[in-house]
Amino acid sequence: MTSAPSGLRLEGVGKEFVPGRPVLQDVDLSVASGDFVCVVGASGSGKSTLLGMVAGLVPPTSGRVLLDGREVAGPGPDRGLVFQTASLYPWRTVAQNVAFGLEALGVPRAARRERVRWLLDEVGLGHLAGALPGRLSGGQQQRVAIARALACAPRVLLLDEPFGALDVQTKEDMQLFVRQVWQDVTPAGERPTVVMVTHDTEEAVFLARRVIVLSSDPGRISQEIAIGLPEPRPLEIKRSAEFLRIRAEVEDLVRAEHRAHQARVAAAPA
Amino acid sequence: MTAAEAMPRQDAGTAPAAEEPAPRRAKLRTGPLTTKALTTSVSARTAWLLRCLSILVPLAVWQAVSASGRVDPAFLPSPSAVWAAGVDMAAGGELAADLAASLGRIAAGFGLAVLISVPLGFAMGTLGWAQPLLEPAVGILRYLPASAFIPLLIIWLGIGEASKVALLVLGVVFFNTLMTADAVRQVPHRLLEVSATLGASRPRVAARVVFPYALPGIIDAMRVNAAAAWNFVVVAELVAATSGLGYRITRAQRFLQTDRIFAILVVIGLIGLVIDVTLRLLRARVGRWAR
Repeated sequence: MTSAPSGLRLEGVGKEFVPGRPVLQDVDLSVASGDFVCVVGASGSGKSTLLGMVAGLVPPTSGRVLLDGREVAGPGPDRGLVFQTASLYPWRTVAQNVAFGLEALGVPRAARRERVRWLLDEVGLGHLAGALPGRLSGGQQQRVAIARALACAPRVLLLDEPFGALDVQTKEDMQLFVRQVWQDVTPAGERPTVVMVTHDTEEAVFLARRVIVLSSDPGRISQEIAIGLPEPRPLEIKRSAEFLRIRAEVEDLVRAEHRAHQARVAAAPA
Repeated sequence: MTAAEAMPRQDAGTAPAAEEPAPRRAKLRTGPLTTKALTTSVSARTAWLLRCLSILVPLAVWQAVSASGRVDPAFLPSPSAVWAAGVDMAAGGELAADLAASLGRIAAGFGLAVLISVPLGFAMGTLGWAQPLLEPAVGILRYLPASAFIPLLIIWLGIGEASKVALLVLGVVFFNTLMTADAVRQVPHRLLEVSATLGASRPRVAARVVFPYALPGIIDAMRVNAAAAWNFVVVAELVAATSGLGYRITRAQRFLQTDRIFAILVVIGLIGLVIDVTLRLLRARVGRWAR
């Protein structure tokens, strides 16, 4: 926990949608600029709510969210968000989808076009610039959604179970892709901070440099695990002993939280 | 294109173009079990054949009944007599004049109704306070039959054009408002959230996200309500008018010219069909992305 103003910081953040029934409580979290963090936890641990609060879509009931020392007051292009369903604009072409945020920012047409082309090449979809999203596969749609979020050069990229709906092979492709994006997507060379929510512990360990395990009822940070795997990480690393050890550790933590959650549900009066 | 078409209009607007951009629509079709269980399909050729039959069979029955001589031609003129009456009216120029009068009223009344109802419905679908403020009033007004307002409208506005246009507006505006609001509410919440994180202001989201997403549904609503407008213009002209297709029907009734009444009904049906097909094409063009 550093007190440096750079990066993302959650201070005593809590959320109650129903008064007296907190979904998240006392969450303190610092993510250094350029870090890659995965948040895992049993269902109902408030993972998505946490991301929603960083995005500015869900106002916290208590505490505050700070980005580079400034309190987050609402959604903004400095924090790009990608959901499990790509949520593209179905009437806009792939290029127009990616350009949406740039239009809102008032970027002139020529600069917009150049940036969109660069991004689409980067995500490997240059040849589909003129296609409508309905014609794309699930993986391609997710790439467009990520490119669209990156178009505004966000400080933080928020990924809410982005590959949960994809088949296993596509999912692995996308994991490599996100890593790639994180490494070299901005022309200036500055990495975006990535905060990703997932329920897939293998995915979390493979992608993140730090894994945050949330407990449930209410969601709190139960454990932070630094992932000391070497960089860059090829897919084969998933079979290494070190990887499997870390993964088992994370899995045990999540499973324990899940069991505890179920026991509380069973014990709760109907 | 009359009562039957007007009936299901509440539902039509709520079935919008696309939900999420669901990727694998084709799979549903190829799944042998689901298609068989849900619907049976026919080939394109068979479909066209059936479409022709749906027009030709009633025509043939009509022809057979009138040719059998069992029904007085004053009640049921033969198709050829109706055709002749139609040609006669067209040649005399009165048909074109009446048609122009009726279409003009539709353009004014329906156009005005759309100009009022689309922004109103859009507001109801997007602004949190507009929904509870407007829905009860509009919901009640919708159930008041517009035709019942005719006497009142004549007292207020006289028997001129104003009362006819007002009847059309009354008949269309409430339904179209609610159906527009429904179409607007179909926009997925996630799409709005994503737009906000991309830095789009609320007006920008309304104009660049909600409106294009809802537009096919809004056109659907208009298509269904255009049929209602067509009904109301004829009703208005039946009551008090000196021109228009409805007026021509009452004139023909006075002289027991049932062949002319039939000819005008056919014209009304055909124009309705043209309006319907035009709006369908427009919707297909605007909502290309939705299929």
